[in-house]
Amino acid sequence: MQRYSRQTMLAEIGEEGQQLICQSSVLIVGLGGLGAPVATYLTGAGVGRLGLADSDVVSLSNLQRQTLYTESQIGMPKTDAAGHRLQAMSSDVQFELYPEGLIPENAEDIVARYDLVVDCCDNFATRFLIDDVCLRLGKPWVHGSIGEFHGQVAVFNHTAGRRYAELYPDREALCNLPRKTAGVLGAVPGVVGALEASEAIKILAHFGTPTEGTLFTIDLLTLQTSLLTF
Amino acid sequence: MKVEINRHPVEVDATCANLAQLLEKEGFTGVGQAVAVDNVVVPRDRWCDTPVVDGMKIIVIRAVCGG
Repeated sequence: MQRYSRQTMLAEIGEEGQQLICQSSVLIVGLGGLGAPVATYLTGAGVGRLGLADSDVVSLSNLQRQTLYTESQIGMPKTDAAGHRLQAMSSDVQFELYPEGLIPENAEDIVARYDLVVDCCDNFATRFLIDDVCLRLGKPWVHGSIGEFHGQVAVFNHTAGRRYAELYPDREALCNLPRKTAGVLGAVPGVVGALEASEAIKILAHFGTPTEGTLFTIDLLTLQTSLLTF
Repeated sequence: MKVEINRHPVEVDATCANLAQLLEKEGFTGVGQAVAVDNVVVPRDRWCDTPVVDGMKIIVIRAVCGG
């Protein structure tokens, strides 16, 4: 287990925690700016089975922040491009690709196959879908989302059944907001995605302070953070 | 009376007795927003009966959808 020696030497993880990580399965919804660091760190940590869901293809404007991809992969489905890159990183991990993305028609079947869901998507409708399906199936999920220079991280439905819809009850208004392409500093999803990966590993290997019921926010313009209880 | 909203000082007059009135006066619609007082989120249906108190630290968080 030399591959994982730098994390098994942590008292909080050890061989026992590594076993838990290796036996676990995680679904990553969205393979963009957030999905890139989340998939990279979960692959590196040795999660046994990783589901990769995204219906998008790689484009030139992705390369500013979506660190999984290369110029030669432009036009390729993100699931294929990410799967190829991540499999090269670790033959230990089994990857399952969902190029149709997570949609109401397939969400329950897909989520049911995993221990944990990590939200890296780019729209409210999919976040509320994850919220609904994880509640129905009793699966914990890690939420991350970003704006231009800021981001949020929270854990839902882990042990206390907390919901995204409790925090933001305006489902219809949020889902009906017009979709527009917004600017984002490339490092923002890097920071937020790394935090999501860390929360996911904590849940899988049972260490650290449980964070369900708190919303973490960070503003990279000022480096101000907040940890709000809800 | 003075409070802080998103780390900026705000002078509050007597017309803003509760959190809902204060947020409305300061231009927050509430839609897609979560509001915390002293780092604890106040559910939407409690805004009207949450009194505004001198020194209160209010944070308004907007839901964002980027990924």
